[in-house]
This record gives sequence, structure tokens and C-alpha cells, in this order.
Amino acid sequence: MNIDGPTTDTGGRPFGVPPPEADFGVYVHVPFCTVRCGYCDFNTYTSDELGEGASRDSYADTAIAEIRRAAAQTGRREVQTVFFGGGTPTQLPAADLVRMLAAIDECWGLAPDVEVTTEANPDSVDPASLATLRAGGFNRISFGVQSAVRHVLAVLDRTHDPDRVPDAVRWAREAGFEQVSVDLIYGSPTETMDDWRFTLESALALKPDHVSAYALIVEHGTAFARRVARGEVTMPDDDETADKYLLADDLLTAAGLGWYELSNWARDDAARCRHNELYWTGGEWFGIGPGAHSYLDGRRWWNVKHPAAYAQRLAAGESPEADGEDIDDATARVEDVMLRVRLRSGLDPRTLGPHQHLVADGLLEPVDDRLVLTRRGRLLADHVVRELV
Amino acid sequence: MTKPAPPPPGSTPPEILRNFCIIAHIDHGKSTLADRMLQLTGVVDERAARAQYLDRMDIERERGITIKSQAVRMPFVKSDGDDAGTNYVLNMIDTPGHVDFTYEVSRSLEACEGAILLVDAAQGIEAQTLANLYLAMDADLHIIPVLNKIDLPGALPEKYAEEIAGIIGGDPDDVLRVSAKTGQGVEALLNLIVDEVPPPVGDADGPPRALIFDSVYDTYRGVITYVRVVDGRLSHRDKIKMMSTGAVHEMLEVGVISPEPLKADHLGVGEVGYLITGVKEVRQSRVGDTVTSNSKGASEPLGGYAHPNPMVFSGLYPIDGDDFSTLREALEKLQLNDAALVYEPESSGALGFGFRIGFLGLLHLEIVRERLEREFNLDLIATAPNVIYRVELEDGSEHVVTNPSEYPNAGKIAKVFEPVVSATILAPSEYIGTIMELCQARRGALVGMDYLSEDRVEIRYTLPMGEIMFDFFDALKSRTKGYASLNYELSGEQDADLVKVDILLQGEIVDAFSAIVHRDNAYAYGVALAGKLKELIPRQQFEVPIQAAIGARVIARENIRAIRKDVLAKCYGGDISRKRKLLEKQKEGKKRMKMVGRVEVPQEAFIAALSTGDGPKA
Repeated sequence: MNIDGPTTDTGGRPFGVPPPEADFGVYVHVPFCTVRCGYCDFNTYTSDELGEGASRDSYADTAIAEIRRAAAQTGRREVQTVFFGGGTPTQLPAADLVRMLAAIDECWGLAPDVEVTTEANPDSVDPASLATLRAGGFNRISFGVQSAVRHVLAVLDRTHDPDRVPDAVRWAREAGFEQVSVDLIYGSPTETMDDWRFTLESALALKPDHVSAYALIVEHGTAFARRVARGEVTMPDDDETADKYLLADDLLTAAGLGWYELSNWARDDAARCRHNELYWTGGEWFGIGPGAHSYLDGRRWWNVKHPAAYAQRLAAGESPEADGEDIDDATARVEDVMLRVRLRSGLDPRTLGPHQHLVADGLLEPVDDRLVLTRRGRLLADHVVRELV
Repeated sequence: MTKPAPPPPGSTPPEILRNFCIIAHIDHGKSTLADRMLQLTGVVDERAARAQYLDRMDIERERGITIKSQAVRMPFVKSDGDDAGTNYVLNMIDTPGHVDFTYEVSRSLEACEGAILLVDAAQGIEAQTLANLYLAMDADLHIIPVLNKIDLPGALPEKYAEEIAGIIGGDPDDVLRVSAKTGQGVEALLNLIVDEVPPPVGDADGPPRALIFDSVYDTYRGVITYVRVVDGRLSHRDKIKMMSTGAVHEMLEVGVISPEPLKADHLGVGEVGYLITGVKEVRQSRVGDTVTSNSKGASEPLGGYAHPNPMVFSGLYPIDGDDFSTLREALEKLQLNDAALVYEPESSGALGFGFRIGFLGLLHLEIVRERLEREFNLDLIATAPNVIYRVELEDGSEHVVTNPSEYPNAGKIAKVFEPVVSATILAPSEYIGTIMELCQARRGALVGMDYLSEDRVEIRYTLPMGEIMFDFFDALKSRTKGYASLNYELSGEQDADLVKVDILLQGEIVDAFSAIVHRDNAYAYGVALAGKLKELIPRQQFEVPIQAAIGARVIARENIRAIRKDVLAKCYGGDISRKRKLLEKQKEGKKRMKMVGRVEVPQEAFIAALSTGDGPKA
């Protein structure tokens, strides 16, 4: 810790005082699942995969130890958003999730209008656990629905019963969750265009406030990638996946959900996921849990990945950080373009280099004083970024 | 045992000199035999032979070329016959072994009186060896046939002795059998060289004349010129004259290699050694030229000098246009050491500014390109190599085309002439059918066929040079399980029905893809290349039509559909660093693409015409 003088590499601010403009969020990673889905490259484990000191029972205490450590590092700072992701956070008892949230409030302080989200598997919630979460301060829930079609769920190794999803959503509403989101995946092997339409219609029947729809990515090193490599499953053609994106955009828009990020649609401004918006707009956050990334004071770092190693570090009073990188101004600018281009609020053309060709090609369009991806441009966003940076 | 002192260089009586070379196919054991001779003559001691001498060569190889063992002087004390115990001096002269360098080979042979024909006793003679053997016989060299590797279990010395005797005449029993590896028979070979190879003959008192048989650029000393003195003597501090150009140079040093450079006062009749004049480019000291003295110079040069003519042309372009001047400097440096390298700047609509480069052959091209990339750190695009065409126009004028994009409009052409080679293929007779089929497909004309032995044949074809440039040798090897060997030499030109096939991307001709092919093959070529380009050019943000055309007539078309999806579905807090790095990597990859109009074309596409395995030619 630097105690020598008033100016440090925090950019002229007295040490420990957060920049006034940057929003601050907390991400809590819960690395447990009942089943490891073949396509998933997140840092998550089934109970059989974990060693000593990393059990589900002790996880909340370990994470709380990191929360205390983190708050000592940053100083007190109001938290605008909290997001519990995984894994499957609802694999932990609701009381544990509530306890971790309380520790965040105690150490940093939650803003009066804080957004607190948890991801949930439709199979791992019931009315009682949802009531506990809501009472404990959670106000947004995001269900991992993925597909409404059984053969598609089977390809993805998802075990939940699609028929149970409406119940789970209803319970969440009854428990008082203001914001309910569903996550969908399209472009899985064996999924037809009609399958995807059925999934979208089923999701819309739930009257969600928010929908995230992701094209399936074959992540290197996953069991799914090996199945693809062996030819056991065939990934659909990119053109077909592009058509599925357009279908999603059509149906969601028609149902009153507008896109605000290229894979996210919301009923209105209030239904957007503020935590994710913080990632996309250069906000700062602390990531708690094994493998979690943090971004503060021009630096990004990430924790050791394995829950056992993570627990050992904290038990020994050490930082769980594995590695990190400084984000200098030039890098921050690249990341800013890379992330903001995906938003409906778009980019400020005055901050960009040559970009008229992208407008001429119909990939970007001026909207008020911003430049925003066209529908075709959203599907070619990575190309647009490579042209801009 | 005390050896008599070896005769010092410079005043070696011609009677005790023997100048010879070794003609062998690659891997038939030439360097092993040479090493063994160096040991037996005491030039390199046995222990040092591998451990030190060869190590030094490796270092030299890494540094580029310094003083190679172009010609090693080996003092030898005869160990048999009436003259046992007598001092002799053997000069072993190295010969390049590839078809691209036939002229250099012929000059090395010219410096000798004898040649060892070294043949692997398990494989028999190969086509290139045979070609070099004929060159040696044309130069009136005494041939000593030797079968090597007789210790191998698969050796068939009787069979191949018969074959050799059939080619050079004589008795199969006279073919010496050695194992360079074990040393068996090598001493006998040295004695035989003394007995059979005639000593050099020259006019010791006449004006000096020496043949340049190699010329090598050394970073520290400038050009090292290897010579064989024919008449008179060349002395240290003489002013010497290159007879082809009349250029005069101060002689800074003369000497012999044994195996280190050894300075001498002069070199006399029949002697082989090096001279250093301080010139910086091998072009100023050309292989085949005659060196004489400036003051009392010879009036007639030694015969046989020829200027090396490029046979194959290719365009070399830097991927990054900013590297153009680096490429020019690199070519200037390579030319210091490569008299055959010719180039001139050219520009291509597709590739920007680069150079049209003339090569002796494909191997030469490969060597030059590799050196440019490796030693000068350049990323280059090489266009498909082509031969030179001579085009007669209707108006009676004549054009020499070294670049397909300069090929005149079909309507104006009266006649086109393409270079042809006479090719010799040696192979087991079971492959005669396959080989003839291949040569026929390449528009070859059978000239003749002879059996070398019961089951080995020599097949002679006249083939258009353009047809054998890309993949003929590979095709020949793969169809004969590696048994066939090939040699060819330029043998003139023939009139042929050739057309230029252009490739158009988005309706625009890409000059770098144009090729001159026979009319009968044009359609297949166009279809194959358009298909190949469709595979190699990634999908772009817009549709890219590919067409192959002869003049205005489209003969093949393909279409690269526009890419519709190029986006990662999600990007959250934990993804940002990874996604940014992926983006940076993709940007790097993009730099290795060449923009042709608005189309990003990868490097590989430009050599597609070369690597059409199932492609247009076969």
C-alpha cells in the first residue's frame, strides 16, 4: 500500500477515494452446478469435482472473507449493482446468498436503488427460496431457460424440465421480484428454425421484463468442442444462425422488448440489466469468487480459478489474485469501442477515426448525434470493431 | 612413420598434380567419401574430422557463406605400385548437384582431368548423375566408376556395375567397390586416381590463363574467386584482368584450401586455388571467365564462357508496401553472391510495387525467396513462376513476355513460341506406362527410350518448360513411388497454341493471377483456380464473384457469398480481456492479407496456381 504521498497511480485522487463519476458494482461468482453442461466454459464444478476446503457448505464464508478483504482494499464505496452468477447461484441455500449480500452491504454499502440480480436454474428454486432471496434484498432474477425444446436441451446437457419454467417464473413474481429475465441460447446442433421460434414464443408467454439471447459458442477446451471436433454433433451454418438472430429480434421487438445491447432486449429502460451496462460503459467492479475478474483504478485482474486453491489462499490470509493487466488509456479506448458499439446508445462519432465507409456499407447509422449498429451491423459487430480500432 | 614434406603450393610440378571431382547424386555418399579422403591424406585428422571440421562448416552455414571447401588440396603419398612412397598433390573440386546449375557444373568439370562417378550400390545411377556424367565425358575427363555403400545389406554391386559399364563402356569388374563409411577401398581409390587421371598440361612460360569455376562472396574478404590455372602463373600483387569484361583488379591474395585457406606466392600450371582482389560483387568475377595478367595478358580466353540466362520469372512483392525499399536493398545484397540473379522493378495493379525476378530454375527461385524472407525478415508474395514466351504479332513485330500480364491481345498475335527442354527420366521399367502418360498429359513428345539394364530404362522426352515447372517432378516421384529421377536442359523453343487466362475478382482483372496456358488446358485450369480461390479467400462483407476468362470470354465462375455473422454473442466482465486480445490477434491476421481492390486476399491465394495438387495441369 502506498502511504508516501497524496498522489498515487489512482490518477491524482487521494488514495482510497473512488472516482466520482464511475459506477461501482460487485460480481459474486458461485462455482457450483449439478451437472456440467458440455458447452459451458465458465468456471464451475459439480460436487464430485471439488477437493478439500471447497465445499458448498463453507463457500459463503470463504466468499465473505474475500468481500472483507476487498472492501479493506477499496475503502467504503457505494454499490450500485450486485450480480450473482455462476455456475448456478441457486445451488447454494438462499440464506447463504442473502448472507453474502449482507456482507457486501456491511462492507461497502448498497445504494438505495441498488439492483441485485441472481442467475437461477428453473429447477433449483421453489417459492420458499425465492421468498428468502426477495426478503434478503434480491430484486432481479435471471432464469437460464436456454430452450423450450427437449431435444435441444438434451444437446446442451440441460437437465431442467421445460414444463417447470412457467411455475418458476410465476413463483418469482409472487415472491415480489420486480424484474424477471430469461436467458436463451440459439444455434444449437439439431435446432430447427421452428424449434427456435417455439422457444421464443414460449419465452414471450412468460411475459419477461428482459430477454438475453446468445448464439451458442463452441468454446475451446469444452466437452462440447470435443464432440464437434469428433463430428458427433454438427454446428449449424453461420447464415442460419444469423437468420435466427433476426427472427429473435423480430419476435421480441413485436412483443414490446427492444434491443439495448446486441444480445439483450428489455421491456423498457428500467428493465435493462444495469450491472451489465456497467461492464459495457467502463464502470468499475469488484469480482468475488474463484476466477472472478475485477476492474478498478485502471487495472483488471482475476482470481485463481479452482475453488480449492481460492479457499486456501483466503484461509492463509493471502490475496486470491492469479494475474492481471494494466489497462492504459489506449487499451481502455479500444475496450470502450469494443463494448459500446454493441449498445443501442452507440458511439460518439467525434471520438472515432475514419468510419464513413462503415456507414456507407450499411453497418453503422447515425441516430441523433450517435453512431449505432444497423441490424446487419449487429451481426457483423466484430468486423466493425476491427475497422474502428 | 615419417612422411615426406608435402610440396608447397605455387611451385607444384604439374606431373605430380591430379585434379578431379566427384559426380554423385545427393545422398549417394559424396561428402562421406570426401571426408574420408581428407582423413586418409592427413589433411584433417580422424578425430577432428567430424568433431571440428564439420562443426566449423555448420557455423559458416549459419553465418551465411564464408570460405567453402570449393577445392581442397590434399598432399598424398602413393602407397602402391612402382611409385609407392612418391609425393603427389590431389585437388578435389566440388560440383553443384542440381539441374538449375548445369553451367556451373560444366565449369567445375572443366577444371579437372578426371571424375569419380560415385553410385550408391543399392540404388544405381540417377538421371542427374547421368547428365553430369555425360557432361564430364564431353569434357574428355577420365572417368573412374565407383560403387559406394557396398557394406549395405541391400547393395547389388554386380547389377549396378553392369549398368555403369553399359553406360561408360568397359568391364564391370573394373568398377571399384568402396564403403566411404567404413573406409574400405578408399585408399585404393586414391592410388587409382594417381595412376589413371592424367596430370595437367599447360604452357608454363606462356601468358597466364586461369579458369574461374566458382566465385563466392565473403562478408570479411569480399569476393573469393576459385580458379584453375591452365597456362603461366598468377602471382600475389599482380594486376589481373577479367577477359570477358576487361576489368582490371589488384590481386590482394592467392592461395590454396587445405582445408583452411593457405596463402601462397603464386599458383602455377595445373594448380587449383583461390584469389582475392577486393571486388565486392560476384558479377565482377564470373564463373567461366578467364583470368589473365594485365601487363602481359593472354590474347585468347579459354573457351566456353557463357552468361547465365534466367529461364524462370516470378514477381516478388512485399506484403507491406513500406517494405519495398528493404526488398530492393536485400536483392542488391543477394546479387553480391549470386551472379545469375537478375531483377527489375515492376508494379502490379493487385500487389503494388515489387520486382520481376529472373531465376535459373525453380530451386534457384526457392533459395532466393527463402533467403529474402529469412535473412531480411521480409513477408513476400511470390506470383506463380512462368517461363519466357516469344510472341510474334500480326504487324511483324516481336515481343518477349516475361510476365503474363504483358501478354498481347489475342487478336494481334500471329505466333507464340515457348521454351522446351529435353528431359531424361531414369526409372524402373515397370513405370514406363505411368511416366509416358504423365509426359503426354504435359504435352511431351517422346524422343527415345533405352534400357540401362534389364529392369531400368532411360526415357527421353521433349517437354514444354512451362509444363514441368510447377509440380512435374513431384507428380513423377509420386507416380513411381520415388524411384524415377529427372534431368532436363533447355533445348530451344516451339510454336504453341497458348492463351492467357485471367482471373477477375468483382469484375476486375487481378494481374497477379494471370497465367499463360495451352488452349486445351485453359478451361480446366480456369475452373480449378477459381474453385481454389473460392476456398482460400475468406468471406467478405460483400459478395465476391470470381471469374476466369480468356480475353472477354468467361470460362469459369464462382461466387464467395457475403459473410453475414461475425460477432461473439456475449461479452461480460470476465470476457473483456480475452475478447480484446482475440481482436488484436484478428487485426494481426488481417495485416497478412493483401487488399485487392476492396477484397482481402490471403498470401496463400497467390501461390494457389502452384499447389493445385488435383489441379489444372495434371
